[in-house]
Amino acid sequence: MPADFNWAIGGEAGDGIDSTGKIFAQALSRAGRHVFTSKDFASRIRGGYTAYKVRTAIDPVQSVVDRLDVLIALTPRTIEENLDELHDGSVIIYDGDRSTMADVEIPEGMVGLDVPLKALAEEAGGAIMRNVVALGAACAVTDFPIENLDSALKKRFGGKGEAIVENNKEAARAGLEYVHEEFDHEFDYDLDTTDNDYVLLNGDQAIGMGAIAAGCRFYAGYPITPATNVMEYLTGRIERYGGHVVQAEDELAAINLALGAARAGARSMTATSGPGIDLMTETFGLVATSETPLVIVDVMRSGPSTGMPTKQEQGDLNMMLYGGHGEVPRFVVAPTSIDECFWKTVEAFNFAEKYQVPVYVAADLAMAVTEQTFPPEAFDMDEVEIDRGKVVDDDSIDEWLDDKGRFQPHAITDDGVSPRAFPGTDQGAHMSTGLEHDELGRRTEDTEMRVEQVDKRDRKVETAKNDEDLSPREFGNPDSDKLVISWGSNEGAMVEAIEFLEEDGVDVRFLSVPYIFPRPDLSDDIEAADEVIVVECNATGQFANVIEHDTLTRVKRINKYNGVRYKADELAERIKTTLESEEEVSA
Amino acid sequence: MSSDVRFTDFKSDKQPTWCPGCGDFGTMNGIMKALANSGNDPDNTFVVAGIGCSGKIGTYMHSYAIHGVHGRSLPVAAGVKLANPNLTVVAAGGDGDGYSIGAGHFIHAVRRNVDMAYTVMDNRIYGLTKGQASPTSREDFETSTTPEGPQQPPVNPLALALAAGGTFIAQSFATDHKRHAEIVQQAIEHDGFGFVNVFSPCVTFNDVDTYDYFRDNLVDLADTDHDPTDYDAATDKILDSSKEYEGVIYKDESSVSYEEKFGVTENMSDIPSGAPDDAMDLVREFY
Repeated sequence: MPADFNWAIGGEAGDGIDSTGKIFAQALSRAGRHVFTSKDFASRIRGGYTAYKVRTAIDPVQSVVDRLDVLIALTPRTIEENLDELHDGSVIIYDGDRSTMADVEIPEGMVGLDVPLKALAEEAGGAIMRNVVALGAACAVTDFPIENLDSALKKRFGGKGEAIVENNKEAARAGLEYVHEEFDHEFDYDLDTTDNDYVLLNGDQAIGMGAIAAGCRFYAGYPITPATNVMEYLTGRIERYGGHVVQAEDELAAINLALGAARAGARSMTATSGPGIDLMTETFGLVATSETPLVIVDVMRSGPSTGMPTKQEQGDLNMMLYGGHGEVPRFVVAPTSIDECFWKTVEAFNFAEKYQVPVYVAADLAMAVTEQTFPPEAFDMDEVEIDRGKVVDDDSIDEWLDDKGRFQPHAITDDGVSPRAFPGTDQGAHMSTGLEHDELGRRTEDTEMRVEQVDKRDRKVETAKNDEDLSPREFGNPDSDKLVISWGSNEGAMVEAIEFLEEDGVDVRFLSVPYIFPRPDLSDDIEAADEVIVVECNATGQFANVIEHDTLTRVKRINKYNGVRYKADELAERIKTTLESEEEVSA
Repeated sequence: MSSDVRFTDFKSDKQPTWCPGCGDFGTMNGIMKALANSGNDPDNTFVVAGIGCSGKIGTYMHSYAIHGVHGRSLPVAAGVKLANPNLTVVAAGGDGDGYSIGAGHFIHAVRRNVDMAYTVMDNRIYGLTKGQASPTSREDFETSTTPEGPQQPPVNPLALALAAGGTFIAQSFATDHKRHAEIVQQAIEHDGFGFVNVFSPCVTFNDVDTYDYFRDNLVDLADTDHDPTDYDAATDKILDSSKEYEGVIYKDESSVSYEEKFGVTENMSDIPSGAPDDAMDLVREFY
């Protein structure tokens, strides 16, 4: 068998697909296996189809592939939706007693296991445990020690009492034993375990955890897919550290609440998706021109308008880079993986306060709803450093008072960064405004001061370019003349695609860019390459446009905007095709 | 905070550009007196202003302040207060800012009941854009954009606040200096969202709702036997469109502020220089 194993459970929304899939993923993680999960929503036919997919291996996995080895199908459509990924020898577990599944046809070459999931669940204590019976059956097929499942069941159902946990364990065993007794078949799969400890989390959770680690104490948001998990993560946790979450009446209020908290000195954040950014853009200019440190997370989903709200897309880059009237600097950082969601959030808070700017964290649905395993050290809290920038206190404020003893929150400085006094600081009282202002923060239309303040704000970007390490993450063969550039969650698929490409004798250099603005100058890298491809999940190549603008060089593009993330094997094929092509390609 | 703070300490050295005679002068002076009389000083006070003539107030006052986006002063003010409950927070805006573009936030700010004061300079007109109808303009009030009048009933902000569960609902008159300052002070000292609708006449563009009109029609509840803790009596006053009332119309003495309900007590600007000591526990939760 290949080193990785791909499993899924699919059915109708409401069938408990997510929670069952999560239990299996947790069991694998606790058994010391690496896990990468993904969620499928209806792709070809409208309706309630949903699936939870798990890719697992002993080595790290960071992408999905176009292959499914074991499928628990609660509906005929689950099989139909996954025909492309199923292969000879794939195992399909289903309940032939279910009326819709009675006449289901198992495609030739595949192994159908008709397991009376409902009946066995009822014997164990209730039909509701049907999916857990299926998990037991999956353990039998994969030779996966069922004790690992017990541990995940305890985590999931422990709060409901020991009896429920025991019933579920029994249900799982009923599925396991049924397969052992009824099917005389040698399955190809063998899920070994290790003693490694892993944690399993998604990008939204990593962002939330990063925020707390970074000292974020105030969060305001309005629920929106796929960013709601950030808010749900923080609720109940941030309070332990003296923080608070406000569910606002809309995104207009959310960003203004967060702005208010930031003016009061809190590390403050809001998270939303594209439609929420539309509303927040109203206040964005105020945040930036009042030089208020604020972290705004955009967990991108497919647009425009309501678009495809549960689908992947990286279509908001232009909005984050250019959104809002007038001109004012903003920072945009884009985590490239789930663990980087944590670290880039920490960094975003430091950028926000060091440079007194709004910082967009550009995450996307593919990483937000995906769970991945990491060793706990991947989130080593001792490595978290907090830099609050130029904050003055009751004593140090003196050097920033003018000759009349007035504090100058927008003092013109060489590095563009002015002093910051939290409310409550003696002699620090000052005005902040969205109007152009003088060094005191008072409205002005003085032509010279206008230019000085605009230049001062822009100078912060130059300072950051000089002082910060904005290097891209590098993978593949550093000496290859074929350069692939990408951003956001495509990194995992691309890193694995490099392995597929190597098998085919193609080597590439890959730069994964987490800093969109300010960003690294890639001119030398692009000049050194014969061919350059920019990979992203949108139709117009928003990042490719930026790269072309920066380097005055045409690049090839690989774009995907059908709502589905890149798969490693698919991306490898597209890179080969694109390298062979003369023209830019997009699909 | 020092006890010898005078209300003029809350004045900035910027000269107001309001029209001579504008009600906003009186409104602002009353707010400054209320702040000083309730023991605040500029360094522990945060003023949040909106957009419009009223929005300039932060510029003419001396305190920590932000002059924000049109209609959004209330969420900003709530954010300030929750991040540092030690601050005294006053939001100030106009009838357009609060009851038109910001109407959605008004209702939710009232519901949320964060401990702050909200003073609305209600002149029943858009002054800064030179005289268009506002949400509190009369139905037949002719303006450049409503030549026949708005032909819509004016918003009753007090009724909105009552319906949204307001815990402190008051109305004052900018030129009635002593009463206005007293009422705003009570709003500041109220444990929750202290809302004061301030009649603040526009001498330039509103020739209907003038100083004379209010002087002739205003009933000071202090001169009546009105009991602001009596919800039904307050409702009657608020829904009585035949008169204009001045005073604290409703006050819920059992009001519990949002911060108290949620235990938000800390100054959130105080954070460690690294992750919290037990932060690895957050990681282990994902085991």
